[in-house]
Amino acid sequence: MTELVSMSSVQYPIESLPELWFAFVFAVLGAYLLLDGFDFGVGMLYAQADGDERETMHAAFGPVWKANEVWLVLFGTVLFAAFPAVYANLLSRHYLLIFAILAALVLRGIGSKLREERNSDRWHRVCDRSFVAGSTLAPFFLGMLVANWRFGLESTVNGTAIAVGLLLVTLSVVLGASFLTIKTRGDLRRTMRWYGFLGSIGYVAVALAAISYLIVVDPGSAPMPSTVETAVAVGGTIAFAALGIVANRRRQDYGWALSVAGLALVFVSFLAWTMRPAVDPAAALSIREAVVSPVALEVNSIVAVTFVPLIVGYFVLLYSVFSGPATAGDY
Amino acid sequence: MTTPFGWGWTNVLDPVVAGRAQFAVALTIHIVFAALSVGLGPFLVYFVVQEIRTGEQRYARLREFFTKVFALGFVMGTVTGIPLGFMFGTNFASFSTIAGELIGGPLSFEAKMAFFLEAAFLGILLYGRERVPEWFYALSSGFVALGAWLSAFWILVANAWMQTPRGYELVERGGRTVAQLTDPMAAFFTPRLPWLFVHMQSAAIISVTLVIAGIAAYFVYHNRDSEVWNTALRAAVVVLLVMSVFQVFHGDLYARHVADTQPQKFAAMEAQYETSTGADLHVIAVPTSLDALDNPRAENLFTVNIPNLASFLASGGDPSAEITGLNEFNYDSPPVALVFWSFRIMVGLGFWFVGLGLWGGYRLLRGGIRASDRYLMALMGSAPLGFVALITGWYVTEVGRQPWIIQGVLRTSEGATIGLSSAEATLSLLGVAAVYGTALVTFCYLVRQYVRSERERLLPPTAGDGDSGPDSGSNSDAGQQVVGSDD
Repeated sequence: MTELVSMSSVQYPIESLPELWFAFVFAVLGAYLLLDGFDFGVGMLYAQADGDERETMHAAFGPVWKANEVWLVLFGTVLFAAFPAVYANLLSRHYLLIFAILAALVLRGIGSKLREERNSDRWHRVCDRSFVAGSTLAPFFLGMLVANWRFGLESTVNGTAIAVGLLLVTLSVVLGASFLTIKTRGDLRRTMRWYGFLGSIGYVAVALAAISYLIVVDPGSAPMPSTVETAVAVGGTIAFAALGIVANRRRQDYGWALSVAGLALVFVSFLAWTMRPAVDPAAALSIREAVVSPVALEVNSIVAVTFVPLIVGYFVLLYSVFSGPATAGDY
Repeated sequence: MTTPFGWGWTNVLDPVVAGRAQFAVALTIHIVFAALSVGLGPFLVYFVVQEIRTGEQRYARLREFFTKVFALGFVMGTVTGIPLGFMFGTNFASFSTIAGELIGGPLSFEAKMAFFLEAAFLGILLYGRERVPEWFYALSSGFVALGAWLSAFWILVANAWMQTPRGYELVERGGRTVAQLTDPMAAFFTPRLPWLFVHMQSAAIISVTLVIAGIAAYFVYHNRDSEVWNTALRAAVVVLLVMSVFQVFHGDLYARHVADTQPQKFAAMEAQYETSTGADLHVIAVPTSLDALDNPRAENLFTVNIPNLASFLASGGDPSAEITGLNEFNYDSPPVALVFWSFRIMVGLGFWFVGLGLWGGYRLLRGGIRASDRYLMALMGSAPLGFVALITGWYVTEVGRQPWIIQGVLRTSEGATIGLSSAEATLSLLGVAAVYGTALVTFCYLVRQYVRSERERLLPPTAGDGDSGPDSGSNSDAGQQVVGSDD
């Protein structure tokens, strides 16, 4: 891969602009997995909640999920804008998986939105099922896609993809529990702390199982990152999980939320760091080969530098307007 | 055996055809929700501002009702729009690779400038009435509308480039030819953009205005004194009058621009096969034999003509101007029947909307719309027709450009994903058709529910029919008294 980098003679105004865009693409992916992870987690924890608790969970989730989901659109379009060949290859290579992700998101979105529209038990039951199924399947399929991308796998369904899918499902459960602990009070809050505790242990277990699977059970199925990189990622995961569990037990809810965000950060950084300088390992495409021309990248950069701070501002505003505990009547 | 649209029956499973059909189905349904946001946005801002300025409950009621419709449409628009953003990659991977620098940029600008703005402030518009100051609530409605308009703008930037590409050069990269952005201003602000943007935004406003007018007419028909819905009716009729007249004039100029920049599309719109001067306008053109159904270059047409009018319209006043016929182009024609009839439906409806607007203006001058049953019925019947015109107009734009995905540069068939199997493409086509169809049906069903519960509020079951019921007098402002306490 390193020879490929030096082959390029194209000049960018900032020498490392293509690499910055590579980092930005993964930062947006991370923001999406974190923010919609809250929502997926709420959707999965919803399965075990009763009537009143469900109303409260909807009240916490209602105002923010649509804005959270937009990060997926941003991820897709930013990838398209900066690395069009990667966008095209990835989506067409994993054609049915993409439609499975989209279908899960539709189930989640329609289930939660339509629930409030009619007041009948049967209607609520159907919508709830759709909401829970979508919230569970979406992170699973997303994990499969991310794994296939990172490890350059041509086949869509394989052990690595399933392991990473399960990893994202567990991460989302912890994220959802952390979010609901901040947004609720009373019994529901205690339950969520408990699920968050279990989920954190589960996340570490699944992460270790996934790594062991790659190394022991099915070596060679996927190009492995170096031992040092893997060790750092495992260490980081265990450290953030441990910090989170301590904060969880001490009822420092925001500290816990930050630790969970740390888990997501480790996950995405590991992907990006061990993938580079490739950006599409299956097609053996490097960042420099796949990136758009300097003019296009400059225009993209100007728009991103101008608008991404504004987007962060919208989120600060949205989350602060709807801060404080959610109550069932709000929705 | 092929269809009238030029696609073979046996090719239904062809992955390229399935991918195109999927995109067409998805866009036909998504465009309804997208246009709803664009058209309803300014109305919402108007209702919110009036509510805060005057403190009158009728505006609060209209704001509440249409915010609900807007929110539902927004969720459906998101649900149906996200897959579209990914379908460029799944089904048109070659196009995405070749034109990524020109298309990916505008799509990502749409996400950065529009989607976040719309999604974040819609949360406040829906759930934040009691949580933020009034001025900020009004500002939020403005941001939501702005988001919808910016979104349409960047999508149309990408589409206009595909119609009249500029600001790029074709270069070799990684063993294939790709379009490289050389001049961003030229590439984003192509000759087509102003035409497309103005025409599309006007169409969205007219479509939504007709829906509002139809709903308001329904309520006024049942309760002549409802102040809430007479307010909506008056506003809608005024907007309809202005916008429908504007759209006819603008559409005429736009068609001339198409004749200049995409003569093949114009020839298909007019079913002109042979190049001629002083071309007649075909009001109707129907093939006289079955063979002609699958041959877009057919000449054996039965036509009803207006002499010289096609030349007159294309040139802006010269009845003997030359119109290039389809047979001049040495590549495939677009499916002429679809383009020709779509265009006629759109234009015919456009004139009907002008008639509705003028009729409403006349009724306003004569002392009120609510007195005319016939006019109220016409508005109710016309409620969905704006969207019919909008969709058929979009077909003219998109189908008329075929066989090109980028006019004169890349054919649609060359832009499709290579190596996609029939089974995959057909499976996703069926899934998309089912999900999108369900989304549209559910949306219509729920809006009907909103209308129904509003009607129950306006007309207590004991009140009998609206014309002579006891609620036609002192109880005329049912909407003002109970607002905020129900729904």
